Amino acid sequence: MSKAGKVFFNGILNENPTFRLVLGTCPTLAVTTQAMNGIGMGLAATFVLVGSNIVISLLRKFIPDKVRIPAFIVIICMFVTSVQMLMQAFLPELYKSLGIFIPLIVVNCIILARAEAFASKNSVIYSAIDGLGMGIGFTAAITAIGAIREIVGNGTIFGARLFGANFEPMLIAALAPGGFIVFGLMLALVNYITSRDTKAANKECETTHEEGAAQ
Amino acid sequence: MNDFTKLLVLLVTSILSNNFIFSRFLGCCPFLGVSNKVETAAGMGLAVTFVMALASLFTWLVYTFILLPLGLTYLKTMSFILVIASLVQFVEMFLKKSSPSLYRSLGIYLPLITTNCAVLGVTLINIEQSYNLLFSVANGVFGALGFTLAIVLMAGVRERLEFSKMPEALKGFSSSLIIAGLMSIAFLGFSGIGG
Repeated sequence: MSKAGKVFFNGILNENPTFRLVLGTCPTLAVTTQAMNGIGMGLAATFVLVGSNIVISLLRKFIPDKVRIPAFIVIICMFVTSVQMLMQAFLPELYKSLGIFIPLIVVNCIILARAEAFASKNSVIYSAIDGLGMGIGFTAAITAIGAIREIVGNGTIFGARLFGANFEPMLIAALAPGGFIVFGLMLALVNYITSRDTKAANKECETTHEEGAAQ
Repeated sequence: MNDFTKLLVLLVTSILSNNFIFSRFLGCCPFLGVSNKVETAAGMGLAVTFVMALASLFTWLVYTFILLPLGLTYLKTMSFILVIASLVQFVEMFLKKSSPSLYRSLGIYLPLITTNCAVLGVTLINIEQSYNLLFSVANGVFGALGFTLAIVLMAGVRERLEFSKMPEALKGFSSSLIIAGLMSIAFLGFSGIGG
């Protein structure tokens, strides 16, 4: 796979910000009461990630090392404020349901972490791809959590009814505790799948090694 | 209701029914990251309380006396985060000089607080609710007390869990999240208190 492809899929699979790095937990828990909110929050964060990664990568040779964190925060803040104003103007309903978590994208650790770990060291194109991959990974993860909470807690998906009129939704999943529990269980599932994969890979390695030794 | 009763209601609601962690989801990163030991959790809680009180005070002053008269309210997120970042830096330097023992116990947690969304969150909530200066500072302190309660309780549970057997996949963050969910159910019982 080319380097661009590797950088892109790194954010979606290997280093998924939500399930593998466990960064940005606050918006993950808070806005995922509905699948739609997950998409809105994810796209807003993706826009900020791509924008800030591009600008920070362009300026990486001009920002002195000592003041880089405040400089990154100001750049990130610029994009967050523009997203906030655009959303308020064109998507007022989504803006209302995401509430305070739109301005709080500024302190979302995913964005500062990518600025520090990737954009400040790599060229513009790869930084943009990295931002896009990370953003899509984040969006997919929180949309999945939102979808589960919406189906279990409300019996709907993207607002459409899934079950008959007799369905009794498990309200707790849509309330605050549901966020913690659904996220925790999904994290355990991802851990289980990945550890099984590595175990299988290790085993395969061992058997080929043994075969090699026997021969 | 007079101011005193209102403050009392704010105290009870922000610690129990509107807890920062369990019902507003603000400050979850340090809540999950620094809750291994009761001692360090209490230190983190103390540092957050200190910074949140100062941040509420200074951001209120900046908003009321600089941003509002100049019509620059759309810059509030940017100016608040800069105020908080410099405040944290200043507090760190001040403590280092004046109280080395407190500095040593808080030391590593102070820089982490800049990216604690509870701090930026509480300053934005203060403006959104149009609290006056007294209520802003009170909201900051009470919210931080709720955060401290949550993180200390969590650390107590996790200390006990450290040596217990559980499936490999549930270790670490996922078991912490599920415990937090169960605690959140308990805190749901307080909802409705204080209106």
